[in-house]
Amino acid sequence: MRIIKTCLFLIFLIIASDALANDIRLQKTSFVPQWVPQAQFAGYYIADELGFYRKHGINLSMINGGPDNPPSELLKNGLAQFATLWLSSGIQMRAEGIKVVNISQIMQRSSLMLVAKKSSNIKTPADMNGKKVGLWGPDFQIQPKAFFKKYNLDIKEIRQSFSVNLFLRDGVDVASAMWFNEYHTILNSGLNPDELKTFFFHEYGLNFPEDGIYTLENTFKNYPGLCRAFVDASIEGWKYAFAHPDEALDIVLKNLHKAHIPATRVHQKWMLMRMKDLIFPDDSDVPMGQLVPEDYYRVASILKENGLITQVPDFKSFYQKCSSHGDK
Amino acid sequence: MINRGIGLKLILLILTSVTLIFFVIFGYNYVVSRDLIIKTAEENARNLAKATVNRIDTVLISVEKIPKNLACFMEFFFYEGGQIIDLVGSVVESNPEIFGSTIAFEPYSYNRNSLFFAPYYYRNNGKIDFSYIPYDYFYWDWYQIPKQLNRPTWSEPYFDEGAGNIVMSTYSVPFYRTLLGERKMMGIVTADVSLAWLQEIAGSIKIAQTGYGFLISKNGTFITHPDSSLVMNETIFSAAEERNSMELRELGREMIKGNSGFVPFTSLVTGKRCWMVYAPLASNGWSFAALFPQDELMEDITRLNHIVISLGIAGFIFLFAVIILIAGSITRPLRALSKASDIIATGNLDVELPVIKTRDEVRKLADSFSYMKTSLTRYIKELTETTAARQRIESELQIARDIQMGILPKVFPPFPNRTEFDIYAVLEPAKEVGGDLYDFFFLDNDNLCIAVGDVSGKGVPASLFMAITMTLIKAKATKGLPIGEILSMVNNNLSQDNPSLMFVTLFFSIFNISTGEIEYCNGGHNPPYLIRSGGEVKPLETTNGIALGVMEDFSYQSKKIVLEKGDMVFLFTDGVTEAMNEKDELFSEERLEREIARLKEKPLKEMTSGMMEEIKNFCQDAPQTDDITMMILKYFGK
Repeated sequence: MRIIKTCLFLIFLIIASDALANDIRLQKTSFVPQWVPQAQFAGYYIADELGFYRKHGINLSMINGGPDNPPSELLKNGLAQFATLWLSSGIQMRAEGIKVVNISQIMQRSSLMLVAKKSSNIKTPADMNGKKVGLWGPDFQIQPKAFFKKYNLDIKEIRQSFSVNLFLRDGVDVASAMWFNEYHTILNSGLNPDELKTFFFHEYGLNFPEDGIYTLENTFKNYPGLCRAFVDASIEGWKYAFAHPDEALDIVLKNLHKAHIPATRVHQKWMLMRMKDLIFPDDSDVPMGQLVPEDYYRVASILKENGLITQVPDFKSFYQKCSSHGDK
Repeated sequence: MINRGIGLKLILLILTSVTLIFFVIFGYNYVVSRDLIIKTAEENARNLAKATVNRIDTVLISVEKIPKNLACFMEFFFYEGGQIIDLVGSVVESNPEIFGSTIAFEPYSYNRNSLFFAPYYYRNNGKIDFSYIPYDYFYWDWYQIPKQLNRPTWSEPYFDEGAGNIVMSTYSVPFYRTLLGERKMMGIVTADVSLAWLQEIAGSIKIAQTGYGFLISKNGTFITHPDSSLVMNETIFSAAEERNSMELRELGREMIKGNSGFVPFTSLVTGKRCWMVYAPLASNGWSFAALFPQDELMEDITRLNHIVISLGIAGFIFLFAVIILIAGSITRPLRALSKASDIIATGNLDVELPVIKTRDEVRKLADSFSYMKTSLTRYIKELTETTAARQRIESELQIARDIQMGILPKVFPPFPNRTEFDIYAVLEPAKEVGGDLYDFFFLDNDNLCIAVGDVSGKGVPASLFMAITMTLIKAKATKGLPIGEILSMVNNNLSQDNPSLMFVTLFFSIFNISTGEIEYCNGGHNPPYLIRSGGEVKPLETTNGIALGVMEDFSYQSKKIVLEKGDMVFLFTDGVTEAMNEKDELFSEERLEREIARLKEKPLKEMTSGMMEEIKNFCQDAPQTDDITMMILKYFGK
């Protein structure tokens, strides 16, 4: 009798302490990607949906990014502890004195590109001279402008909205596009790849690695474990997404519907596949999450050349390797 | 047996031919009627597309006129103060098809102080509301595209959340001013239209049971479609990508290029094979398409085909039965006839022939068969009778022959106690009763009468004539008359009452066994050979007598010879010398003489049999046509 009672009590203790510990141990934090839910952020949504963050002791709240919720602002104001930013944006913020640190460089390659119709006879960068080129906002103009400078091009800059209709209607000769997004939209508006001439910046010595995970330096200093846990869970999410694309797409689409954003599976699938190409480029063996100094200095020096920053921030304080995933 | 015969052949040939013919006709009919239906469907489809496109274009073009007029107005009139705001308001108010309208100015074009100026009137829950467009509109499609293209454009359809999530499209017309000799764009006049009515028009299109119409934009975006998950969400190209269908993608490209066509297509809703007609809207290049489910359009012809095939199968079975019947009606009597003929072949002519009721070739065959059977029966009966008659005659002839032969002396030696001479005779009759004769008899103790003759002709008359001759000779000879007289008397008796003009050659002699003298008289007969014991063989001299029965009152002369001891006389009829072989050669006197010389030392019996053997050797297989008679007299002396 005694023994049984003791055992029951012990079991009760174990269960109670475990439940209690879970609540205590889970650290509340929030994350904002640059944009609304889409496969560009599949890894984070998968990690959230499949409990990878919880597994790593994080009770995460996902904030939808986009024009109304710019991650840089949320990060700066402490409304989100983690955010994804382009490397160029991160460097600019740091240079401006906002102490952000890159704790993981997810994308190794820029997906920003210029695209032209072959019918407009643009086959080389030089052919763009005097042509109307659609450009997005400032962040998206750094590479194109460096590109025009590099090839000494005098183009007619046309401000481009987030639709590609201006390009489709021949309102511009060259359009800006993200490989994983607008390029596919163009394809799915009836233009065939062989009718298009593409200019990937990374092929012209202007590779700007895009999405990376950022946090404030203070956060990193105070909660290094949390940062590591967040990055590990995110990378796990990405790896799972590429290993199980159909499940990943289901989760991404679920989040899109939740946000009332019309979505097509084929487009998200294209995006996921391209993310894989951008995160794991065929011709690169940089481990996931690692920021390569060459990439950093290339981006920083171009920013400086263009007067967007006055001084190149110190790489060592900008990038804090923060992952137990050392492999590719 | 029937299954390998006419029946099977008929079934195979006719049914194969009929099936072939049926399928050719059926196939042709199917192809032609299908083509006809496709042609009609295509015509209907094109008409439907044309009508629908016209309906939509009529509305869109009427909408286009309003901002166009407004833009025209803006080019020529000053737009100071709030007047143009009111103008926009009244445009919206007076044009119910317009959901909202604005005149959006280029930066600082309305006045030098305002970067944007875009007064916007729009419908809101039945009333008309006003606001300034609150954002930097210069880079929006509805503003930027017409500006860059320098021409009015319809925007891609979009969801307007403010208007209650209805699909809208904006028609934008740029307007210009000429300032300092330069034509400069001042702004854009727009008219927003709800596309809800498009849904109604396209949605109301029902073709057969599952056919439908849909509309895609210039980018290929579905504006209306029965599958609402596609509408404003997917393009025809993303749908093609999802279905991995290059065909659909190519079709989409044709559609957004502003082409029209009539093509096979798989429905995105039902998965059925359809024909799709598509045609562009003249106003904005969007493309309308309508689907005609093939199986539903083909329903009638499919049903017809099923009926035709069923009828064909029924006809096939019917034909099968009919052929079996016909084949049976032909082969059954044939088989019965065949069976009957087998029985007839065994000799049973009483077999009952099958009764054929039809009036065709089989009946004719049966009739011929029956006639043949009757003829055969009659013929066999006649044959039996004839044979019986012939057999009777033959047996009578045989009797006659036996009698005839019976007349001839046949016991040798005939006079065993007379040592002075020996005599031997043989008569080998031919098949028919012949007319040869021989005889010998004693007239008294010393005189032996010998006769050999040959009656002209054959058969019963000849044998009768021969019998008469022998009787006459015997009768006359015994009277003791001189030999010539005896012959003359016999001749006279035979010549009288001889209507059939028969005659007989006759060698007649009387042999005195004491003296060895022979007195002979030859009536037209082959002269016998005298064979001297010394070996000489020669014919007896002729007496110049003619055959008996030819001429009455002929006087016959006689001659005499004397036989020495060992001499022989060989008498014969022409059956010996005229025996013929297959080469039509005669045995001849030469051969006879040669043989006599060869055989003369042998006993008489062996001599005749040797001679007979020689004749048979000569004749080989040639039939014996005449009696063969030989007689040998040999004198030993007293």
